[in-house]
Amino acid sequence: MDIGWFLAVSALIFAIGAAGVLTRRSPLVILLCLELMLNAANLALIAFARMHGNHDGQIFAIIVMVVAACEVTVGLGVIVAMQRRRLPIDVDEMQELQG
Amino acid sequence: MGELLFFVAGIGALAGAVGVVAVRNPFYSVLALVSHLLCLAALFLLLRAEFVAAAQVVVYAGAVMVLYVFVVAYVGGQDEPLGPRAGSGLRAISAIFGAVLFIELCVATLGSGLQLIDSGGTPAPGSFGSPEEIGRLLLTKFLLPFEVASFLLLIAAVGAVVLARRRGGLSHAEEQARYSAMDMLRPAYTGTMAEAVGGRHTLPEASGENQASGEDDAAAEPVAGRAEDDR
Amino acid sequence: MTSLKLFAWLTLLFPLAGCVTLALLGRRLPGRAPGYVGTAALALSFGSAIATLLSLLDQDHHHRQVVAVAWDYAASASVDAQLSLLVDPLSVFMILVVSGVSMLIHAYSISYMDSDRGYARFFAYLNFFVFSMLLLVLAGNFLVLIIGWAFVGAASYLLISYWYRRTTATGAGIKAFVINVLGDVGLVLGTFFIFKHVGTLDFLATFEKAGEEFERGNADLTAGCILLLVGAFAKSAQIPLHTWLPDAMEGPTPVSALIHAATMVTAGVYLIARMHPLFELAPTAADVGAVIGCLTLLVAGTIAIAVTDLKRVIAYSTMSQIGYMIMAVSAGAYAAGLFHLMTHAFFKALLFMAAGSVIAAMAGQQNLDKMGGFKRAMPFTFGCMVIGGLALSGVPPFSGFFSKDEILLLIGDRGGWYWILYVAGYVGAFLTGIYTFRMIFRAFLGAPVPEARELEEGHLHHAEVHTNPATGEVEDTDVGFPGADHHIAEREPSMKLAMGALALLAIAGGLLQVPKVTHVIDHFLEPTFEESALYHRELSDGLIGFGLVLGAVAGLAGIAVAYLIWVKNPQIATRGRERLAPLHRLFVNKWYFDELIDMLVTRPALWFGAWAQQTFERVFVNGLLVGGTTGVVRAGSSAVRAAQTGFLRYYALLIVVGMVALSLYFLLNA
Repeated sequence: MDIGWFLAVSALIFAIGAAGVLTRRSPLVILLCLELMLNAANLALIAFARMHGNHDGQIFAIIVMVVAACEVTVGLGVIVAMQRRRLPIDVDEMQELQG
Repeated sequence: MGELLFFVAGIGALAGAVGVVAVRNPFYSVLALVSHLLCLAALFLLLRAEFVAAAQVVVYAGAVMVLYVFVVAYVGGQDEPLGPRAGSGLRAISAIFGAVLFIELCVATLGSGLQLIDSGGTPAPGSFGSPEEIGRLLLTKFLLPFEVASFLLLIAAVGAVVLARRRGGLSHAEEQARYSAMDMLRPAYTGTMAEAVGGRHTLPEASGENQASGEDDAAAEPVAGRAEDDR
Repeated sequence: MTSLKLFAWLTLLFPLAGCVTLALLGRRLPGRAPGYVGTAALALSFGSAIATLLSLLDQDHHHRQVVAVAWDYAASASVDAQLSLLVDPLSVFMILVVSGVSMLIHAYSISYMDSDRGYARFFAYLNFFVFSMLLLVLAGNFLVLIIGWAFVGAASYLLISYWYRRTTATGAGIKAFVINVLGDVGLVLGTFFIFKHVGTLDFLATFEKAGEEFERGNADLTAGCILLLVGAFAKSAQIPLHTWLPDAMEGPTPVSALIHAATMVTAGVYLIARMHPLFELAPTAADVGAVIGCLTLLVAGTIAIAVTDLKRVIAYSTMSQIGYMIMAVSAGAYAAGLFHLMTHAFFKALLFMAAGSVIAAMAGQQNLDKMGGFKRAMPFTFGCMVIGGLALSGVPPFSGFFSKDEILLLIGDRGGWYWILYVAGYVGAFLTGIYTFRMIFRAFLGAPVPEARELEEGHLHHAEVHTNPATGEVEDTDVGFPGADHHIAEREPSMKLAMGALALLAIAGGLLQVPKVTHVIDHFLEPTFEESALYHRELSDGLIGFGLVLGAVAGLAGIAVAYLIWVKNPQIATRGRERLAPLHRLFVNKWYFDELIDMLVTRPALWFGAWAQQTFERVFVNGLLVGGTTGVVRAGSSAVRAAQTGFLRYYALLIVVGMVALSLYFLLNA
């Protein structure tokens, strides 16, 4: 398959992930959608690595995976802390930045 | 054969993505993401990134998603409340911008004039994407990112522990234990919140006597006595 | 030469030192000590003035104009601002008169102001005033002149509203100050007009260059001189800037004697005499001065016949006599005008002192209608008043006779339409006799009023309830109001001393300049007025004889008429008032000048102020400018604040939108 197809798939997954971040109300699902976007980026990186014929893109993708893992850890820790303090798990309720 | 696998994996990945976004129950979203990750691993394999595909399955779909499952179980997989709060307008706009984003990205990548887009990629040796290659690069050319990434992992782990810790402040015994030299020179309980709020109390051992004799006098007398001392 | 400059500086600095000492320490000094300190400062100043005179006489006759520079303020922007004094015969003449008369008035005030709670403040202010007046007359350039001019105005304000808790007094002080400021503006603008061409502020340099820079009748010079005249008229209370002088009688009597008779009001005369080279090059301005002077002397004379307040009669008399002086120096009779300035200082101060004594005997009451018959109770005061009155009316051989007639002789000598002024001058002399002796006869002759009878028995009248003599408001005797006790000349040696000295000077002063016999003043002042064409004039004997006789006759006739009306046949006064009621009303209302100024100036100003506050300030400044600015800022910030919704997803949307826009931009550019 041509590399272009993989890039198209990656763009589609990215757009779906972005729409999900904007649309959903539960922070958990928003994090999941963020994972989608990161994976789309990974796919693009691997595709370009194949295109150029060197491994830089693949190494980059591995590092991106590491970063995603860290981000998930901290994000979920925040959600757990919110649950502990009996705050509603709903991003629309967190409005203290208003004004 | 390759095309068939591509379409199957591609449609699977897209279905999983749509499932993550569209499904109400967060548990089902997590499952959709897991399937999406597996399909993505298949796509990686098609691109001759064997090690990355394996890492994807083991680390991402394995460890990270398991973490998600644990948290969903703890938080509760309640259905997302359907409320009018910033609802419909945002939905429509998000869809629009999502579509626009997709179109732009396609234009950017496919219309970019890169010659190799339309091919299967540059000819690569058989060991392309093999663990040996990846490992060699990680330890030579990309050593610094490798080390920094491990450092980042450490920070994230510590952060997670701190976030999840039970926070209650110092207990009374702990506060009392933290004396310094200045505390020896000052009268007891000066500079504390207790003093600021309602006058000074004596040390807890003697507070029983004071409460018997009436709090106001006790608060007034030490203050008056102290005032004279200070002068 | 250096001792001359030293003595000039000392003359200036002794009153300043006295003022500062009294200001800082005055409250701590007991009893009459502040009075003695103030008088001592003036005595030292007078001594220095005499020393300056002697040093000046040591100089060669043609080198008697000495400039003493203390330091340069600024030599930038081609303005030579220096602190310099000009010591020449004119200024030495003035400082002798000012410091001498001031010294005597200080001596008088030691007793007169004794029971006042603000005793030290009074002497501090008086010393400050004398310092300012000396600064004015010793000024060597326009800058120091303007400084002295402004200080004198300020001192006048401080002293008029000396009894500051009296609203009439503070109102009078403000009125005087505002009109003086108008004069200050004229002075400064006039200076500018002259400076524009001459390029220097120094007097001697200006006078030298004036001949080259200005041709005769130059428009700028005439404008500048007329503006200087505005300043002179405001300070010397000439029409139309004269309305402050009668109200200035709210101040204590020594203040009236010093400032509003002998010294401050003569500043205008000094100004014109000093600027004589400029005025001789701008004859139009000089004519304006002469006409205004003549007008003032007539109008003031008519008003003085009708008013009933003792001090105001003397105030209008001052205005009238200053009119003579202004007329004289504008017409070129410099020595005569300054001679009259000197004699006037003597007899007018004497008249005010005597009036103060009478007012004290009346326990603060100033109305002539309530006075009468003090002759037997206060003989010394009566004698002084008569001497002053005779000198004022121009009866030979008193000093006023010689000075006034010299003025009129020189004016008649000018010829042309100056004959009108000549005639008006004699009419004024006649009026002077009338109002002066009206005042004396009404206060001292006739049936004694109760206060006079009390005094004859040896008991000075003491008011139980102190009131404002003008409005009748009740006052107390604490600081800011007059003191409880009053002091008359008969009982206070220092008052007697001062009045006696002035009486002698009033009698004998005229001998300094008897026509054709002695020329002391003429000769002394000559170095200042050397280049003046009008200064050296020989008068014909016939004119001199005619003038002297006419002057004596006019004065004596006035006295006779006054005797007739107010002593022999009082009915004439009452019948005259009825028959000539409109005329009487015109005089009593001071020719309606106050009302005119109120209508032309005060009311428009008040209207403008009200409009500015209600409309302009409220609508335009507060509403449009301030409100508009804040409104715009507030609207802008609320518009911006609309973006801060607090919704996380909204912010995420913004991120995506930004991303899209950015990539669109790059795509389009590539």
